Amino acid sequence: MSKVVLRIPNGAVEVIRKHGKESYPNECCGILVGKAGDSGKEVLQAVPVANLRLNAEEADRLLPRESVDFESERNRFLIDPKEQIRIERETRESGLEVLGYYHSHPDHPARPSNYDRDHGWPWYSYVILSVIQGNPEEMTSWVLKDDRSGFDSEPWTGF
Amino acid sequence: MAVKVVIPTPLRQFAGKQDSIEISAGTVAEALSGLTNQYSELRRHLFTDEGKLRSFVNVYLNDEDIRYLENDQTPLKDNDVISIVPSIAGGRPAPSFCR
Ligand SMILES: [Zn+2]
Repeated sequence: MSKVVLRIPNGAVEVIRKHGKESYPNECCGILVGKAGDSGKEVLQAVPVANLRLNAEEADRLLPRESVDFESERNRFLIDPKEQIRIERETRESGLEVLGYYHSHPDHPARPSNYDRDHGWPWYSYVILSVIQGNPEEMTSWVLKDDRSGFDSEPWTGF
Repeated sequence: MAVKVVIPTPLRQFAGKQDSIEISAGTVAEALSGLTNQYSELRRHLFTDEGKLRSFVNVYLNDEDIRYLENDQTPLKDNDVISIVPSIAGGRPAPSFCR
């Protein structure tokens, strides 16, 4: 996987950073749409979506928390599957693909957590933005290993 | 019943690169176990080590979440379409239990 590169247009990088800043101290999330080829993935658009953890009841129905005391929209995100299905459908109809997802880590480094790993899917790019005291900082991208044992770092470049 | 199972992009590589698979089954549970018997690499992504459907796997039967039907015991009709929709979730480590 190491030579596969994710290309993200500067406009989409800006969308992600702005979303991370505006959502602080909560986590933000969104969908990366573009084209996948042999040389890697090229994002064309970052589509912000709501963090369903803000609607705790509905989120718990879909994916219950292990600890209601320590898990919330400040350290968890969940994408509404209905939104996801809608965007996936639109994306396919326009000849594009969902390449992956982004989310922010408020006051935490841009490194995948064990929770990210446990809930990750192979192939997708997982872009993580660190937002420290409200300021967007490092942004990284990761791909889950096929055996689910961890993530490989995925180099990304802006263009 | 002959039904179609729609495979999401991240799992196609484990299902012979197909985006859907025809399978014969009487319930959603039978369809999913038939699928993972045929494509064993799919199993770890859909089921826990104990053989339970992972909580972050959404299964839709003809656009209806099976949680609103009879879960994996939902009976199937000919030409039903089962869609596996990955839940997209994550987050930074929570304090206390550091996950
Ligand atoms: Zn995370």
